[in-house]
Amino acid sequence: MQKLVITINLILITLGSMAQVLISGKIKDNRGRPVAGASIAIKNTYDGGTSDSTGRYHFKTTEKGAHLLTVSSIGFKPIEAAIVIASDTAGVDMVLKEEPNELKAVTITAGSFAAGDSKRGAVMSSLDIATTAGSNADITAALKTLPGAQQVGEQEGLFVRGGAGYEAKQYIDGTLVNNPYNTSVPDIAQRGRFSPFLFKGTVFSTGGYSALYGQALSSVLLLESIDLPEKSEVDATISPLFVGLGTQQLASNKKSSWGVNYGYTNVGLYFKAIKQTPDYFKMPQFHSGDANFRIKTKRGGMIKYYATFAHSTLGLRRPDIDSGYLKNAFDLKNNNWYNNLSWKEYLGKGWKMNLGLGYSTNKDNILLQVQDAGNQPKNFDNSVYWMRGKNLVLVNRQDLAQVKEVFEKRLAGISSVRFGAEYQHAYNTSLVNDTLHKLVDNYTAGFAETDIYITNGLAAKLGVRAEYSSTIQKAAIAPRLSLAYKTGKDAQVSVAYGIFYQKPENTQLFYTTDLGFTRATHYVINYQKISNDRIFRVEAYYKKYDDLVKTIPASYYYSNYNNSGNGYAKGIELFWRDKKSIKDFDYWVSYSYLDTKRNYLNFTESLTPNYAATHTASLVMKRFFTKIKTGFNLTYSYATGRPYYNFMVNGGNKYYIADQGKTKDYNSLNFSMEYVPSAGKTNAKSFIVWFASISNILGYNAVYGYNYSYNGMIKQPITPTANRFYFVGCFISWGVDRSQDAINNNL
Amino acid sequence: MKKSMLSLLFCGFMVAALAQSEKYTAVMQKNIAALDAAKTIGDLQDVAASFERVGDAEKTQWLPYYYAALAQTWIGWRPDVKDKDVNAEKIKAYLAKAEAIEKNAELYAVENMVATQQMMVDPQTRWQTNGVEASTALQNGLKLDPNNPRLYYLQGESLFGTPVQFGGGKDKAKPVFEKAIALFKAAQPKPLYPNWGQKQAEDKLAQCQ
Repeated sequence: MQKLVITINLILITLGSMAQVLISGKIKDNRGRPVAGASIAIKNTYDGGTSDSTGRYHFKTTEKGAHLLTVSSIGFKPIEAAIVIASDTAGVDMVLKEEPNELKAVTITAGSFAAGDSKRGAVMSSLDIATTAGSNADITAALKTLPGAQQVGEQEGLFVRGGAGYEAKQYIDGTLVNNPYNTSVPDIAQRGRFSPFLFKGTVFSTGGYSALYGQALSSVLLLESIDLPEKSEVDATISPLFVGLGTQQLASNKKSSWGVNYGYTNVGLYFKAIKQTPDYFKMPQFHSGDANFRIKTKRGGMIKYYATFAHSTLGLRRPDIDSGYLKNAFDLKNNNWYNNLSWKEYLGKGWKMNLGLGYSTNKDNILLQVQDAGNQPKNFDNSVYWMRGKNLVLVNRQDLAQVKEVFEKRLAGISSVRFGAEYQHAYNTSLVNDTLHKLVDNYTAGFAETDIYITNGLAAKLGVRAEYSSTIQKAAIAPRLSLAYKTGKDAQVSVAYGIFYQKPENTQLFYTTDLGFTRATHYVINYQKISNDRIFRVEAYYKKYDDLVKTIPASYYYSNYNNSGNGYAKGIELFWRDKKSIKDFDYWVSYSYLDTKRNYLNFTESLTPNYAATHTASLVMKRFFTKIKTGFNLTYSYATGRPYYNFMVNGGNKYYIADQGKTKDYNSLNFSMEYVPSAGKTNAKSFIVWFASISNILGYNAVYGYNYSYNGMIKQPITPTANRFYFVGCFISWGVDRSQDAINNNL
Repeated sequence: MKKSMLSLLFCGFMVAALAQSEKYTAVMQKNIAALDAAKTIGDLQDVAASFERVGDAEKTQWLPYYYAALAQTWIGWRPDVKDKDVNAEKIKAYLAKAEAIEKNAELYAVENMVATQQMMVDPQTRWQTNGVEASTALQNGLKLDPNNPRLYYLQGESLFGTPVQFGGGKDKAKPVFEKAIALFKAAQPKPLYPNWGQKQAEDKLAQCQ
């Protein structure tokens, strides 16, 4: 038998080698360019070949008769063709059609910066936000090192491309965050409420953003929370300013997790050591807690719940500018509760849905009081009207309940369409002394958007959003359009256009609801070249503002508002990040040029707003030394001076500019370092990070603007509460990563 | 007569089946030799494509896809391959085809390498994702085959490449390489089954001295 087989085999092989024929040809794409590395095979046989760099292939086969020839290559649709093999055949040419592919396709980048670990084309990772010197793990502060954002230090918020802070909105997992920052304190910027470590991805849109979002004239910040944690762990933070304790528990089947955290901040000790300009009679204290759960569904979807609770108090006093000997006290108590539930699910047949539910409530009890030298309250009669407004009891409350549903359907290739609706019920009250202002708004919006990939190199995003606000009883339709075109390897050009509407602010609507939406039209063009270690971006934009709110003074206390304002912003921005040129050294440079003018609020004419600097630049540098397990980070930020104005009302109830000027240039050099003794140890029982930072190491005296006395005779610079800020802290997490156990046990 | 006809027919089937398997063995041996001899990225791509054709034709053999993935992985180690993520996609596509037939320790070894290649693109940010993926692959592989020499070799490589300060280094890698070599010497791979790694482990052990 054995012998027989061998004999037959021998015959077969002999026959085979005698009957071999040569097949050759060329593989091209639909634009006639050669395709290298394509795999050519006679179906169900071993015979075939690979195309070379000129698209040519050739192979020998022993097969005969009718067969199917298959051709495949990454990025192309595989094809099959019937052939009859008889004798040597040349010129078996095939044309492959490009297959839309997410890895190769262009992405629309006009007006948006992606940050995150999974995002393609991300300019920053989540870790970058924490290790950018000067940010102290505040998302907004880190984003200020990107082009488009202003270096505004006297108020919280992102001031994007000539837009005010309230014209930028934040979203977590698709739903709006009503109070993203700690409550405003006069002339002191507050931190954001959310830690960067909660998010796996961040998109900072500086213009032309998607139809899924609205009610922001200049910018949206989209935060995407993390899915299941990698492992269960307990975390602790210790610093002279802050203590925190929390845990994340991952179920053993890795399908669900839950976590709770609590933190307590008290800057009392710090303020005793580092002198602050205001006199704090109540040291700022924050209690903050959060809780979450995350469940992976059967179909691969995800349900995530996240809630935060915060309670804070502070009280400070500053000299009164009008009297010279009295003091102004500001006392704040804040309670904030934020809830977000999102459900992402695959519905089958290419359908996906995203459901977002949110409820938040925020309450501020504010006491403004004029005090004498002995810190006793001082009252005034009507003759000193300018002082009366400084004694106030305010109770502000903002509640927001919302629901948002987005459906997405995958179309041919990687194109897709998504549509949905959102509803927001906002309940706002403001109790000023004895007067109650109340505002209830039902905001509804419907939106549709489609991503169309014409080829891997050309994509379009078309969207439209319809919005209605019950308070102002106005509806609006906002079209959005963007295009991206691949111009070369790693390089692309994209453009974006859109109309964006925003309701007037509550402080205005409390007085009159006879207002319409304010409006901005964006035009953005962007060029980007991106490789693994280097990113270069240049972007130019033009924005037109219409129907901005104008203030019409009626008396000293009271103003009316209408929509007669307008304005524009234009500029050019550059971004360059390089991790390659110098080994282990990572840096980025950003530069923004901004030309903007507005005639809004109390402006007498078209003027550059006081939060807009013409030139802004940042240089961020990072280096981690493996030997000493320590990273050093430096950030230098620069901005030219910003204009300031003192608008006063004349006898005819008209504003005029009593004084104006420009502040000096802004400079800030910030330093931070982290020491990670357990870095990279995959089997470490605990993970420790020591962190230290100094903001404004050179002690530059920043001036953000000026405050004026009621009669305009006295002006005082607005400065930071202290020249430098120091932080030192230790973060510890205990988590058991069992991935190495199997190996160690077998050694 | 009928009986003998039947047995002749049976014999004929046997011959055909054996011939088919002989053909498979022959082409696999030829391709494995080509893989060992491959010098350029082009050579490796050709041999990967060749293995893929065998896999597609056979449909029930995991080895051709395994070798296709392996050839593509050797490409991934080359410093002149720019887009490691695109290359990794190809490797993972081959692995998925192989795993659909059989899930085993050898496939986890390749999975470890591809995850490592992706991690190396940006170790600082990727060690928590791709790094974990790589060590999970090793762990899963060892569960299936606690005496797989290649998994120990790869574990040694990982320790060797990790700085001393991060819990790696030559001293940590040395016993793992020694264990790997002992297992290589004891191993008796079936015909056509993977047997690479011993020389690499020995070279690395020499560097640990």
